[in-house]
Amino acid sequence: MRYFKCENLIEALGLLADPDTRFPLLAGGTDLIVQWRMGGRMPEGVIDIGALEEIRLIIQRENVIEIGAAVTHSMLIESNIVRRYCPVLVDACRTVGAVQIQNRGTIGGNIVNASPAGDTPPVLMAFDAKVELANLSGRRHVPLREFYLSYRKTALKPDELLTRIIIPKHGPDEKAGFYKIGTRKAQAISKVALCVRAKIAGGAVNDIAIALGSVAPTAVRAPKTEAFLKGKKLDSFAVDEAKRTLAAEIAPIDDIRSTADYRRFVAENLLARYLEKASDAF
Amino acid sequence: MGVVGQNAVRLDGREKVTGRALYVDDIVMPGMWHGVAVRTTIPSGKVLSVVFDPRFNWKKVVVADRHDIPGRNVVTMIEEDMPLLVHDEIRHIGEAIVLIAAPTKKMAEDARRHVEIRYEEWQPVLTIEDSKAKKRVIHGSDNVISRYKIDKGDVSAGFKDSDAIVEGVYRTGAQEQAYIEPQGIIASPGKGGGVDLVGSMQCPFYILKALERLLGMSETKLSVKQATVGGAFGGKEDYPSVLAGYASVLALKAKRPVKMIYDRNEDMNVTTKRHPSVVRHRTGVKKNGMLVAMDIGIELDAGAYTTLTPVVLSRGFLHSAGPYRCPNVRIAGAAFATNAPPNGAFRGFGAPQTLFAVEAHMDKIAEEIGMSPLELRRINCLKVGDEMATGQILKESVGALECLEKAAAASGFERKWRASLPLCKGESEGIEVRSTLPDPPLQREGTVRGIGISLFMHGGGFTGSGEAKMKGKAGIRLERDGKLTVLTGCTEMGQGAHTVLPQIVAECLGVPLSCVRVETPDTSKVPDSGPTVASRVTMVIGKVLCVCAEEMKRRLSEAAGRDHGDFRSLAGSFLKKRGPLTIIEAYEPTPGIHWDDTTYHGDAYAAYSWGCDVAEVEVDKDTFEIKVERMYMAHDVGRAVNPQMVEGQIEGGTLQALGWALMEDNRYDGGKLLNNRFQTYIIPTTMDTPFLELITVEHPFSHGPLGAKGVGELPHDGAAPAVVNAIANATGIRISEIPATPERLFEECKKKHFRSS
Amino acid sequence: MGKSIALIVNGKRKKVKAHAASRVLDVLRETLKLTGTKEGCGEGECGACSVILNGEVVNSCLILFGQLNDGDDITTIEGIGGKKKLHPLQEYFLECGASQCGICTPGMIMAAYALLKKNPRPTHDEIRQAVAGNLCRCTGYAKIIEAIERCATSNVKI
Repeated sequence: MRYFKCENLIEALGLLADPDTRFPLLAGGTDLIVQWRMGGRMPEGVIDIGALEEIRLIIQRENVIEIGAAVTHSMLIESNIVRRYCPVLVDACRTVGAVQIQNRGTIGGNIVNASPAGDTPPVLMAFDAKVELANLSGRRHVPLREFYLSYRKTALKPDELLTRIIIPKHGPDEKAGFYKIGTRKAQAISKVALCVRAKIAGGAVNDIAIALGSVAPTAVRAPKTEAFLKGKKLDSFAVDEAKRTLAAEIAPIDDIRSTADYRRFVAENLLARYLEKASDAF
Repeated sequence: MGVVGQNAVRLDGREKVTGRALYVDDIVMPGMWHGVAVRTTIPSGKVLSVVFDPRFNWKKVVVADRHDIPGRNVVTMIEEDMPLLVHDEIRHIGEAIVLIAAPTKKMAEDARRHVEIRYEEWQPVLTIEDSKAKKRVIHGSDNVISRYKIDKGDVSAGFKDSDAIVEGVYRTGAQEQAYIEPQGIIASPGKGGGVDLVGSMQCPFYILKALERLLGMSETKLSVKQATVGGAFGGKEDYPSVLAGYASVLALKAKRPVKMIYDRNEDMNVTTKRHPSVVRHRTGVKKNGMLVAMDIGIELDAGAYTTLTPVVLSRGFLHSAGPYRCPNVRIAGAAFATNAPPNGAFRGFGAPQTLFAVEAHMDKIAEEIGMSPLELRRINCLKVGDEMATGQILKESVGALECLEKAAAASGFERKWRASLPLCKGESEGIEVRSTLPDPPLQREGTVRGIGISLFMHGGGFTGSGEAKMKGKAGIRLERDGKLTVLTGCTEMGQGAHTVLPQIVAECLGVPLSCVRVETPDTSKVPDSGPTVASRVTMVIGKVLCVCAEEMKRRLSEAAGRDHGDFRSLAGSFLKKRGPLTIIEAYEPTPGIHWDDTTYHGDAYAAYSWGCDVAEVEVDKDTFEIKVERMYMAHDVGRAVNPQMVEGQIEGGTLQALGWALMEDNRYDGGKLLNNRFQTYIIPTTMDTPFLELITVEHPFSHGPLGAKGVGELPHDGAAPAVVNAIANATGIRISEIPATPERLFEECKKKHFRSS
Repeated sequence: MGKSIALIVNGKRKKVKAHAASRVLDVLRETLKLTGTKEGCGEGECGACSVILNGEVVNSCLILFGQLNDGDDITTIEGIGGKKKLHPLQEYFLECGASQCGICTPGMIMAAYALLKKNPRPTHDEIRQAVAGNLCRCTGYAKIIEAIERCATSNVKI
């Protein structure tokens, strides 16, 4: 195996630019090493970006927070910036594997792994996060909700690398909730994950973003449910109708972990749980 | 000395906490190669050809096929129907066809990828139903691996005499032992063309017997030694004989040591699981709760070969009527062959399946006749003098009722059960009980709570005449330095046998525990104590060691010409005069025990351990997630030789049973295991563990060593029914198939609403 | 082909040479003969291979040797406690009966060690969380939690 241990981003991008050295990118390795093992063989080469300090930073800017792609889940959990501006991301990170995985696995890896059951994408989507994709010729920003094309397919071009995640700061008048229903109480893969961010005043929804994991081929937003809820007064009729709308717009499947019916049922109930709680809290 | 009853620190503990203990994968031998098996990928059919890819350099490795087996191509267990390497017919996915050894594991795996098997595929038989219907006959003439029947009294008359008849069907899924150390063995060519083995195993002498036949060698040429074992739970009872066969065949052909260590996926794919079961109950009961007639039908999915299925079925069978008195009992059961990997031994050995059924059913009966589940159990609970389904009269050591009362009292069962009843039926006759503990934290919003109970027993030692036939041997050697060595083929696999047996010896001889050690189980050094299974080590082999100790004392006294004086001085003078002394004794069955294998009548077990579990659960109304908050376990083990280790068995066994009850389920598609990883086959973590409250009950067994009975399997028997009964108490929904996943509860709830609307 | 990295293993500086694609677990067990670290699943689920890397508990089965850097500090079960004297965590594991078959014990102790280094007085729940990535099939965890809890409240230096 050809092992390229990159010392800076340009070096990594250079390797990616050359089809002869365009090998898988390795950061924490907690997904990739398992996948290689299950597949029975290692790749011919690896580009190790785990030690790139440039993408291991969490930075607060005026309107956004920026998270480097090689930031680990543990770094996020311990970050005061993240705790302040996106506490539900901390909640989600705490449910990624166990501490051993949180210490190695990176947020960039969690995103590009593109598993529909990934824990951080629903949160990032609900927060309208963008991902920064870079290659030798430059960088572009793609909203995370447009990043996933289909099951395990992303908008990353072969020579591109995910460098940063940019999360807009949302006002203190917004409340977010993250719920993950897993196969067991710790180190579980999700059956359903839901993140909702909303601005609710006087019992009415001013703004809402709903994102889910494990209910479609990729992490998804629920635009129809959001549209229905915007401007609605949160009474039991509205909650029921929101549940119905959500059930109709997600596409869960039966698999080894759960069933489509159960996932739909739980997704609805979790939304209702958030809405009921939120209308009290605001 | 008071060694028994003390929490002696485990004698192998220091090695384990420092990482110095040598498990098989930690052992490296000079010139050692690594072995792998090329396996079938279809569940049923025939091998047409095996193609070795010429692009691989086959000169670098050693390949063995069935023609390289020196003796007979069979893995000897109860029957000889299982070949080591596929001969003609393929019976399940994962059967070995060809073996490969190479200097490195990587090269062996690379070689394996360069072998292609061509098949003729047949329609597989994948379910009990298809096997029973003889969709295709894959075993014998009717797919039945074994079958039993018991008739006691007159069941038809009993039903006529009943006020109510309650029926139920209960199902359980396959369960993986999930020992954290996967299976592994190293075989090396030994003296005189023989083979020496070391590995992860429960039963070295089973391997010895299997190899005698397979390699066509007398046992004098073979030695089988146990390495430190990283958990077994039955999973390393019979399967290591298969792995030992592979490694031995390769070692003989490669003329060098060959190590075979399974990775997790291979281990889960090919090793035995707990038998899936279907148990049907039809029970006649009086209005006052007295059981009058029990008609029980048991079906097990045996998988592709006989392995240990007949004895698993037998034990399941003998526990299926539960710890209850009933004058008229009919039990009929069979195990059916399917094209799945063979199922085998797993803690409880058939009893957890049938006890799940009867204990879930008892709650259904209680509901039908409007009685509390506690009261129904109290009325029918076995006591000394009562007769069991096989006609066995219980003569002593029956702690069932005390377990029931203590667990009920400690948990505040009756009060909590009534408080949680979704729909209260009938009038209370229950006693007022108070919990010893504060109630669990306040119920969370959006949840419902419930409490459930189960009462159960576990027969210690082999079924029926098994121990009498086995005549398990064990010994004590007085060493030159005055210390004592326990000689037994019984293995330490974490349960504590190699601490508990020395405790018994130290107690019997009146010496400190520090004077006693255990010889490594090695077939060339220790007597055959019988397998380390069936909750038999403490009760049966512990008893043999007591007899050895008495005999040793007698011999020492005789030599000294006096029967007084402490052991040390007697031993000292004996050693001076005559040197070391070895005493080996064989098990003598408990007097007055009679068992008839042909009629299945008599004393099925010399003694039973008894238990009562109470589960408190919380069910989330939005997600149907089931959280076990607390478990109360009152277990009668006769006498706790090492109370801390008894607790360890009960806590660990209970959590393993909770895994089976709530989340663990081997799922197959077309005979292929879908969840063959720890990522998809999930077992409980710390966060899934409830608060565990233990309650000790000791009804000594006069023929056990210092009163002790077995404890290894009992804790796996009661948690699952207690949990489903608690779920019913919380939600009104009776789950009759485990695991009781949120998905299953959700489906049952939908069905119920559909019916009521 | 091999790669040489200057590591600190159990307090000792060592130049370690191995293939970059080897797992750290295999380098520890095979190259350095530190077999106290165990493999239970090979995919980061069971935690039997837990070691401390630069103060953090990690699964050594999910790290390639090439991912290590010069100066990285690795502690395994062999690196805590003295030759004769046990580490307090090891003492409490023994005393509480927290080790049965023992295969999860080294990884479990390392996870507990990492916790107590960072958080000397953890709550009961913090302990449960900290070892939730270490599967044990024998004990039902009760005695493991008890051992860690007693060690934490004993005021010994970790």
